[in-house]
Amino acid sequence: MAAGAPLITFDKVWKSYGQGEARVHALAGVDLAIRRGEFVAIMGPSGSGKSTAMNIIGCLDTPTAGTYSFLGVDAGRLDRNRRAMLRNLYVGFVFQGYNLLARTTAAENVELPLIYRGVASRERRDLAMQALAQVGLVGREHHTPAELSGGQQQRVAIARAIVTRPMLLVADEPTGNLDTARTHEIMELLTKLNKELGLTVTMVTHEADVADYAERTIRFLDGHVASDDVNLETT
Amino acid sequence: MIWETVRLSLHSIRRNVLRSFLTLLGIVIGVAAVIAMLTIGSGTTQKVKADISKLGSNLLVVRAGRPAGPGGPGGLDQVVRPLAEKDLAALVAHLTGARAISPASQKQVRVIFGTESLTSGVTGTDSAYLDARDWKLMSGRPFSDSETRSGTGVCLIGETVRQQFFGAGDPEGEIIRVNRTSCKIIGLLEPKGYTGFGQDQDNVVLMPLHAYQRRIAGNRDIDNIYIAADDRTPTSELQPRVEDILRDIRRITPDRESDFAIRDMTQIADAMASATTTMTGMLGAVAGVSLLVGGIGIMNIMLVSVTERTREIGIRLAIGAHEKHILIQFLVEATVLSLLGGIIGILIGLALAGLASATLTIPFAPSPAVILLAVGFSALIGMVFGFFPALRGARLDPIDALRHE
Repeated sequence: MAAGAPLITFDKVWKSYGQGEARVHALAGVDLAIRRGEFVAIMGPSGSGKSTAMNIIGCLDTPTAGTYSFLGVDAGRLDRNRRAMLRNLYVGFVFQGYNLLARTTAAENVELPLIYRGVASRERRDLAMQALAQVGLVGREHHTPAELSGGQQQRVAIARAIVTRPMLLVADEPTGNLDTARTHEIMELLTKLNKELGLTVTMVTHEADVADYAERTIRFLDGHVASDDVNLETT
Repeated sequence: MIWETVRLSLHSIRRNVLRSFLTLLGIVIGVAAVIAMLTIGSGTTQKVKADISKLGSNLLVVRAGRPAGPGGPGGLDQVVRPLAEKDLAALVAHLTGARAISPASQKQVRVIFGTESLTSGVTGTDSAYLDARDWKLMSGRPFSDSETRSGTGVCLIGETVRQQFFGAGDPEGEIIRVNRTSCKIIGLLEPKGYTGFGQDQDNVVLMPLHAYQRRIAGNRDIDNIYIAADDRTPTSELQPRVEDILRDIRRITPDRESDFAIRDMTQIADAMASATTTMTGMLGAVAGVSLLVGGIGIMNIMLVSVTERTREIGIRLAIGAHEKHILIQFLVEATVLSLLGGIIGILIGLALAGLASATLTIPFAPSPAVILLAVGFSALIGMVFGFFPALRGARLDPIDALRHE
């Protein structure tokens, strides 16, 4: 399941900000490929370009130059609404700060992407329940984020990300706000989803032991890929 | 999808109850003012129309003096030649199409019974007056022809006069003093209430014209001649006939203007009604300005709401919401908000109008069209003033929005 066709390819991707003297290159000609079913950790210091790369991978941002293809589609040239459609169909997001809607129940949060897909109310409810069961949150469906612990909130966020059965999960420091025990629970969950659903996972992290859960670690430095290693322990 | 969005917006309105309420207040006040103004206004119009028809429908009133024209009521440059007995006689003899013709001279006079006194409108007239004015007797009898001719001291009184002097008792046969002359009560008029101008139509005393002229006015003048058209003759047709007869008897040559005026009560009723309608429209427009202010309030709060929920917008955009989804969400929220304000405003406006019509004794006349218009207009305000903030939310960059604290 791990090996497959490339899901994502960066072909000499540049991302630049500002004008003239103040021009900064967040990405300076990055080449990269991620296949379907891979679990990739992306590391690097602040300003290395890893967040920019993640935004492009998640179809939130577009390159200044070069080509970014997602599923063979030149996603860097699509307009806002087409990229929104791509995200809705194929990408799930998990953030450091969970980013759940406040005063909205876990089930309603999980249903949200399905609303924009036009899924009928009853089917939405069923799919949301399934997704919450997959992340081990049965019995908490009607709790609001304020009534849930950090780990539970992150599980709701993961349920929201996988409810649409995406191909790619983009996780931006998913354990950044959690303690060690919770961190390992979440990482076990992501590993399980990667193995059982064949979900491609790309994850930004600062912590080496979190990165160890991945099969592959890509390090960014000054807008370049500094290293790209296969993690021996997990393979 | 739309229902989902409406539910969502109600959710977010409930989340900020106080703020939503304050935002609504502008719309509530605006709509309440418009509804109250228009409802009270149309009630007033109905009342004015009813009052003027109480003065007598199909009624012409002739008085001495040049007709009111562009130069204002005439008569300053000339001595007014009063109407006289011969004018009345000529009309009675020659006018066709009239149901009743009656003279009337009027004056406010102190009326006394025992130790009580009251200032009343005393009218000298004849037995045709009741018919001309469409007034009815509650009890007693009208003047006989001989009483009219000889000017006997008899009178008919209105309800207010009765209550002042006799309470609920029977006034017939009692003698009252009207301006130092005695007068025997022979009948009681049916109560008619107040006119829209606050005049008590029951504070009246009617006596034979000759008695009035001799004992109260001290002259032979007739102030007004009332002419009621019969059912087949419109007043507009009757008016030129009256004018011809009077010009003839008063010997006015064709090159001179008439020295009397004929007022058509139907026309006055129409004019009054249209004046009230205009007034209502103006007040309604002024109240409409407050709706505009309410709309700006909505826009303000929606901008705050969009800024406050930037992160939420970021999340929605990230998980696949299109621009139009965000646009619709905030547009629906603004519309629901102002519609809610509109509905509350309508209820308050109707309550105010109900209160006003109870205190001012005018009919309560709510108009379904106006209410529907208010609902539509408040929804429109939400859409118009909600559009800019909604667009701002929809155009946000998801990456920036997600980073927003």
